[in-house]
Amino acid sequence: MARPRLAVVKFASCDGCQLSLLDCEDELLAVAGAVEIANFPEASRAMQPGPYDVTLVEGSITTEHDAARLRALRDETLILVSIGACATSGGIQALRNFADVGEMVRAVYARPDFINTLATSTPVAAHVKVDYELRGCPIDKGQLLELVSALLAGRRPGLPSHSVCVECKLAGQVCVMVAHGTPCLGPVTHAGCGSLCPGYHRGCYGCFGPAETTNTTSLAAQWQALGASQRDIHRAFRTFNAASEPFRKEADAHG
Amino acid sequence: MSASGFPKAGVVLSLDGLQALIDALAARGYQVLGPVEHDGAIGTGHIAGIADLPAGRTDRQEAGSYRLDDRDDGALFGYAVGPGSWKRHLHRPIETLFKVRRVGDELSFEPPREPPARTALLGVRSCELAAIAIQDRVFQGGRYVNTEYAARRANIFLVAVNCGDPASTCFCSSLNTGPRARRGYDIALTELVDGRHEFLAEPGSDSGAALLAYLPNRPATEADWQAADAVAAHAAAQIHRRLPAEGLKEALQQHPEHPHWEEVAARCLACANCTNVCPTCFCTTIDDHSDLDGHGAARVRRWDSCFNGDFSYVHGGAVRTQTRSRYRQWLTHKLANWWDQFGTSGCVGCGRCIAWCPAGIDLTVEATSIVDSISAEAKAHGVA
Repeated sequence: MARPRLAVVKFASCDGCQLSLLDCEDELLAVAGAVEIANFPEASRAMQPGPYDVTLVEGSITTEHDAARLRALRDETLILVSIGACATSGGIQALRNFADVGEMVRAVYARPDFINTLATSTPVAAHVKVDYELRGCPIDKGQLLELVSALLAGRRPGLPSHSVCVECKLAGQVCVMVAHGTPCLGPVTHAGCGSLCPGYHRGCYGCFGPAETTNTTSLAAQWQALGASQRDIHRAFRTFNAASEPFRKEADAHG
Repeated sequence: MSASGFPKAGVVLSLDGLQALIDALAARGYQVLGPVEHDGAIGTGHIAGIADLPAGRTDRQEAGSYRLDDRDDGALFGYAVGPGSWKRHLHRPIETLFKVRRVGDELSFEPPREPPARTALLGVRSCELAAIAIQDRVFQGGRYVNTEYAARRANIFLVAVNCGDPASTCFCSSLNTGPRARRGYDIALTELVDGRHEFLAEPGSDSGAALLAYLPNRPATEADWQAADAVAAHAAAQIHRRLPAEGLKEALQQHPEHPHWEEVAARCLACANCTNVCPTCFCTTIDDHSDLDGHGAARVRRWDSCFNGDFSYVHGGAVRTQTRSRYRQWLTHKLANWWDQFGTSGCVGCGRCIAWCPAGIDLTVEATSIVDSISAEAKAHGVA
C-alpha cells in the first residue's frame, strides 16, 4: 500500500505549529516512515505538487490571495486539518478585526500603498470545509501524533473538546482558582495542552480557545469576585483566540 | 459491641505508636498513602512517617474557595477533606486496559503490567469510607466486575481518622455518613489533643485488630472513650449544611422542567470539576490508540463526566446539548436515581463539589431550593 501523501502548508502565522511536527524528535522517523512528506517547505525544499491525502494547514486568512490559495488547496486535498489558533480561530492577528486595518497599515508600513490586505483575519473553516481541527498556540505534539496515527488507522482521533479542568483533575493538580484565588480560563478553555499552566501554578491563558460548551459570563463574574478588573477580563479574552465567538462576546462585554 | 460489628475495643497510641503503625504497615509490604500538603492544599501522597503529615495545619473551605491555615494544637489530622478523593488510588483517572501488538497475522494481547500493590490508606474520613463502599457496590457488587478496581481493592488496608474539625462545606451528618466512622475500616483513629497528643485506635477487622495488638499501646480507659466521644460531638456540632431528607428523590425525578435548572445553568461552567472531585462519580470513557506503524494499539479508560458534551454523544450528536440538562442529569442521578440503581444515595456529604466548583455552586442549596419551591407550590394548591 502506498504511503499517504502529506502536505504542511502555512498562511498568516508564526510557523510554531508546523515546528511541532519537527519537534516530534523520537517519533519523527516513524512519521516519515508512515507517510510520504510530499510538501513541507519548513522541512525540505523538495516540494511536490498535489493531490495530497492529508494537508495540515497552519495560519489564518488575511489576504484575498491567501483565500484563493486555500480554496485551491482544498480541491487537491482529501483530508484537511487546520492546526493552531491562527488556523482555527484567526489567531492573535485577528485583533485587527476589532480595529481599523487601514489605520494600522498606515502606522506600521512606510509605504501603505504596497499593502493589500483584508480587513479581517479569519480561520480556515470560514473559507473551506475543514475535516479536523487541532487547537492551541502552539498545538500539542501529542495531539498531532494522535491525529496522524488515527488517520493512518482509519479510526476516530481522541481529541476531547471538554474543558482544561478535566485534564487538570486527571493530572491530580490543585485548582489554582479555588485554592490560590488565581483567575484561570481553564473552565471555558478547550482541552489538549494537558493543563500546562495550572500545573505550574498559573491560570490558564485560553490558548486552545473555547471548549465545546462555555459559560464565559459566569466565569467572568467569578474573576471579578477574585479582584480582576474589567480591563483584566477584556484582555484575557482578547488573545490568541480573540475572534472565536464566545471569547469575542465576553471581551466585548468588558470594554 | 461497637457499630462496626466488632466488640467495643480500643487501645491508645502515642505519637510513637502512630509511627509504629506506619512502620508496621510498611514492614508488611504496604505502601502507605496519607494526607500531605502540596500546592496550597492537603492532598494525598506517600507517607514514610508522622513527619510527613501536615502537623498544625487546617483548612478553611467555602463554596468555591479553599485555603490552608495554621492551628495551634499541633494536630496531625486537624482539617477536612482535600481536593482529591481516595478515588484516584482505587479507580484510576487514566488506566490502560490492554495493549495489543500485531506480529505477522497474529495479535498478541498484553495485560497491564502493573501488579496491584498492597496499599494502606491512612487518614480516610468517614464520608470517604462511605464513598468507597458505594464504589465497591458499583464496581464489584453486580454481575459485571471492574477487575482493575477489584484487584486494587483487595489489597487495600484502611486506616480511618475520625473528623475533629469539619469544614463549612461538610454535610455528612444529614446523610448518616459521618462525622464518626462506623464501618468499613480496618482501624479507626480519633486524634486526642486535649492537653495531650494521643490516638484512640479501634479495630474494624481481624487484620486491624491483629495489627493493633502488635503495636506499643495501652488499653483505652473510660476517660479516653469520653474524649473520643467529645471529639465526635464537637465535629457534629460544627456541621451546618444539610441535604433535605424528605421529598428530595421525588422532587428531582418528577420535575425535569423545573425553572431552577435554568437558573443553575446560568452559573454552571459545565467544567466537570464537581464530578472529578466527587468520591463516588464513576463514569468513564474509552479511548483506543494506535501506533504510527500500525502494529500496536492500546485501549485506555479515563474518567469522563456528564458535564462533557461528548458524554451523551450518539450518532448524529449529543443528547444533552445544554448545561441545564447536564446539571439536572448529575444532580438527579446522584441524589435520586442512584437509589433506584444502587439502593443508596450517590452523595456522601464530603462537600468537595461545593468547595472545588470554580463558580461556587452549592448542591445542598440547589437541591433545597427545588424541594422548597415544590412543597411551597403544593401548599399553595392545598395539597398536603
